[in-house]
Amino acid sequence: MNQLTDLGVAAIRDGIASGQFSAVEVAEAFNANVAAAQEALNAFIVATPEKALEAAQAVDAKRAAGEALGPLAGVPIGMKDLFATRGVQTTAASHILEGFVPQYESTVSQKLWDAGAGMLGKLNLDQFAMGSSNETSYFGNVISPWKRPGSNAPLAPGGSSGGSSAAIAARLCPAATGTDTGGSIRQPAAFTGISGIKPTYGRCSRWGVVAFASSLDQPGPMARDVTDCAIMLEAMSGFDPKDSTSLDMAVPGWTAALSADLKGKKVGIPREYRVEGMPAEIDAVWEQGIAWLKDAGAEVVEVSLPHTKYALPTYYIIAPAEASSNLARYDGVRYGLRDLPEGAGLQDMYAATRAAGFGPEVKRRILIGTYVLSAGFYDAYYTQAQKVRALIARDFERAFEQVDVLLTPTAPSAAFALGENVDDPLAMYLNDVFTVPSSLAGLPAMSVPAGLDAQGLPLGLQVIGRAFDEQGVLNASLALEQRAGFTARPEKWW
Amino acid sequence: MSSYRIQGATGEWEIVIGLEVHAQVTSQSKLFSGAATAFGAEPNAQVSLVDAAMPGMLPVPNRECIRQAVRTGMAIDAQINTWSRFDRKNYFYADLPQGYQISQLYHPLVGEGAIDIVPDDKQPDAVKRIGIERIHVEQDAGKLMHDQHPTMSYVDLNRSGVALMEIVSRPDMRSPAEAGAYVAKLRQILRYVGSCDGNMDQGSMRCDVNVSVRKPGDEFGTRTETKNVNSVRFVMQTIEHEAARQVDVIESGGKVVQETRLFDPGSGTTRSMRSKEDAHDYRYFPDPDLLPLVLDEAFLDDCRASLPELPDAKRHRYETALGLSPYNAAVLTADVETARWFEALLVETAKAQGKSEADVAKQAANWLISELFGALNKLGKGLEESPVTHENGAELLALVGKGTISGSIAKQVLEKMLETGEGATAIVEREGLKQESDTGAIEAAVDKVLADNADKVEQYRGGKQALFGFFVGQTMKAMQGKGNPQVVNEILKTKLG
Repeated sequence: MNQLTDLGVAAIRDGIASGQFSAVEVAEAFNANVAAAQEALNAFIVATPEKALEAAQAVDAKRAAGEALGPLAGVPIGMKDLFATRGVQTTAASHILEGFVPQYESTVSQKLWDAGAGMLGKLNLDQFAMGSSNETSYFGNVISPWKRPGSNAPLAPGGSSGGSSAAIAARLCPAATGTDTGGSIRQPAAFTGISGIKPTYGRCSRWGVVAFASSLDQPGPMARDVTDCAIMLEAMSGFDPKDSTSLDMAVPGWTAALSADLKGKKVGIPREYRVEGMPAEIDAVWEQGIAWLKDAGAEVVEVSLPHTKYALPTYYIIAPAEASSNLARYDGVRYGLRDLPEGAGLQDMYAATRAAGFGPEVKRRILIGTYVLSAGFYDAYYTQAQKVRALIARDFERAFEQVDVLLTPTAPSAAFALGENVDDPLAMYLNDVFTVPSSLAGLPAMSVPAGLDAQGLPLGLQVIGRAFDEQGVLNASLALEQRAGFTARPEKWW
Repeated sequence: MSSYRIQGATGEWEIVIGLEVHAQVTSQSKLFSGAATAFGAEPNAQVSLVDAAMPGMLPVPNRECIRQAVRTGMAIDAQINTWSRFDRKNYFYADLPQGYQISQLYHPLVGEGAIDIVPDDKQPDAVKRIGIERIHVEQDAGKLMHDQHPTMSYVDLNRSGVALMEIVSRPDMRSPAEAGAYVAKLRQILRYVGSCDGNMDQGSMRCDVNVSVRKPGDEFGTRTETKNVNSVRFVMQTIEHEAARQVDVIESGGKVVQETRLFDPGSGTTRSMRSKEDAHDYRYFPDPDLLPLVLDEAFLDDCRASLPELPDAKRHRYETALGLSPYNAAVLTADVETARWFEALLVETAKAQGKSEADVAKQAANWLISELFGALNKLGKGLEESPVTHENGAELLALVGKGTISGSIAKQVLEKMLETGEGATAIVEREGLKQESDTGAIEAAVDKVLADNADKVEQYRGGKQALFGFFVGQTMKAMQGKGNPQVVNEILKTKLG
């Protein structure tokens, strides 16, 4: 029965629809994998096998009754624990929200259940989605299913959607939700040899998603291939009147229009992404990607994104600034953790609650954000960063006058070992160097697995597209996927 | 123009006043959520997930709140900014669930405007223009309740997220009376527009009072801001007390400290709340959950078309088109409900007498102001609770206009109408109050009065003309007030020679 967990979204859905196996069989197979891997990988904060079964039974009953099935009917998925799920604890991997059970369902998760998906559980992540290695979760590190050959050192699954990436790579679920603020879908996808797309800002509703940085946060799917991502993304997208920044546009039929034929397309290679000290292997996989896209019929040209080098500092002003304000609501007054020392007043309660409830990385970003918004510093930091953000967006606009998509590496390295970067926040932040610029510009971008490095660890390539052109991104990614023929998977050790 | 001065030990001082008025927008639901806004609900009965700042909740602007603020801006002739933006004002307090208030610092919805005030009722022509710097919309906070538990405070979030307009004046006022007139005028306009109910005792209109003093002609002095003053009288008291205090501080060698103060209605004084040093750093920045607010022409046209006739225009029309005295016009337009009542009365009165509105306006205005207001006042009732409807009033006025009853009988009839709610005609018929215009009956009564007062007749004929009124009174008395006064006058004049 374990082959069922090797299937992707489309195969599961089609197998259930055609009666090759039942949705309950699928749910049980994945539930078993989730339970078996929990201790070793810690990918889930809460497993919800009963939810997965319940949804599966509903799908089987519908099929038996001859009713129409949704586009994700019978597909059990993992839900990043940043999405509010009614009746199921939602923590953002923080102590301050430990035990918080929402009375509401996020728009994106509701859309997935409406499409017939079931929930295997709430996936671990970096606390409040702040991190690139899943080492900031209050509920413990997520361990990548991948290992370096001959080494037992636990590797990072990437972050912040590290529970999602680890679970998909380890066959604990065929697909999962992620959220991407500066690379939180793409970098973990690259680290674990799976695919993930961050759509155009506003494509997926943020309603019910615990906010990190509102102007950057964007939900998106992660799965093992491009087609599965497209199916998931179609189900997750759409205008939501409850989110003022939601795009009021129809959702295109991306899956049906998937095509790996890039004849007549132009691909740009941004010269500023050739950063100093980048490993030769990353360069090599990038060159390989260029060759694959040419093979798919595309013309490849070099382009310039001159403000790229300012993207990281800009991001690390804007994202913490918004976070410092977004996280002010966790104050111990209405829900979540309350630490009320004997005889304490309101200010003491705030201090004690927030000191105990937030981890060090979250505190660091709240402090940075509070600082850059302070009187006397606001113009020098925040206002300036907003101007640079506009310049970065303009760089992309100009590039997209010449080309249809951009090709870059997803991350400057393969997965690192847990603990390697934990004491050096700047080194950790550098992981986002290729993903942050497109986040600042709100553009769709996808990571697909391109190969393995010398140590046998996955490397990803990133395709960035014009605003609203998820189709162009998916198509170029599909062309890469077909030529990469990436079939490597972590050897099961858990 | 008034030049109000404080007499200090070192000479005269001038007061400089600016007001920030927070006016609760009249709307069914809150600024960024669907929760209700009714006053007086059970604590926390009107709180949505957004108002409670649950994780992942997002604000969505309420079109009606924006519309009301734009209409208000149009009513004070202000610049309407078709591009505006919401900012977050960050601070921690238990009544502020998000940890920030959504407001508009950098790009307010409404820019510069002005209103005209009459600081002194006795000088209705002495109009002063007070500049308004801006109107922005923002969220109200919740409320802490400290009397529910011995050691803890409770939080009521019903008001959390309710839309407020902050209407910021220029520092153009120079006396308590001007400030009082400004608040009253602003409230009048808001009520006309229907964008705020203006109920200061329910907190739907509150003032932050900025006061400084200076020697006339000097630069502005250091100001203090007294928060949340909630009546016109308190605003004036705050200014009187605060100005006198500042003069004392300066004249005794001290310096006014820029600070936030609180008004104590019990003592009529202000006290320090926090100084500039402990002022919050609000870390304002554009709210990333909200797009800039862009207004199109259709929306603006709709706002403009929905504006009612405003108080100044209405008063002017009453004076010119209806020929009312400035005093009557001012009284009738003071609040929109009175004006509506008067206009309904006017329509009915004109119809009942087959005349134009202009022809009956004075009669209707005089009756409403001197008769009905007085009578209702005695009953302790407002116009909205009047047992006499405008149709009833018009019927009564028609009886007077046609000479069926006299003015003095009309007073009696009105009293009966207020008591019973009956119509005027029914009362007049039943009580036999119809006016006597039969010259024979009047002549008989006059003859009797003249015969009974032969001495006074002599005095009158001897030149004491003032006695004429006495004879009129006696005749009317003899006829139980039903004699037609005009006929009585004529007959008396003839008979007295």
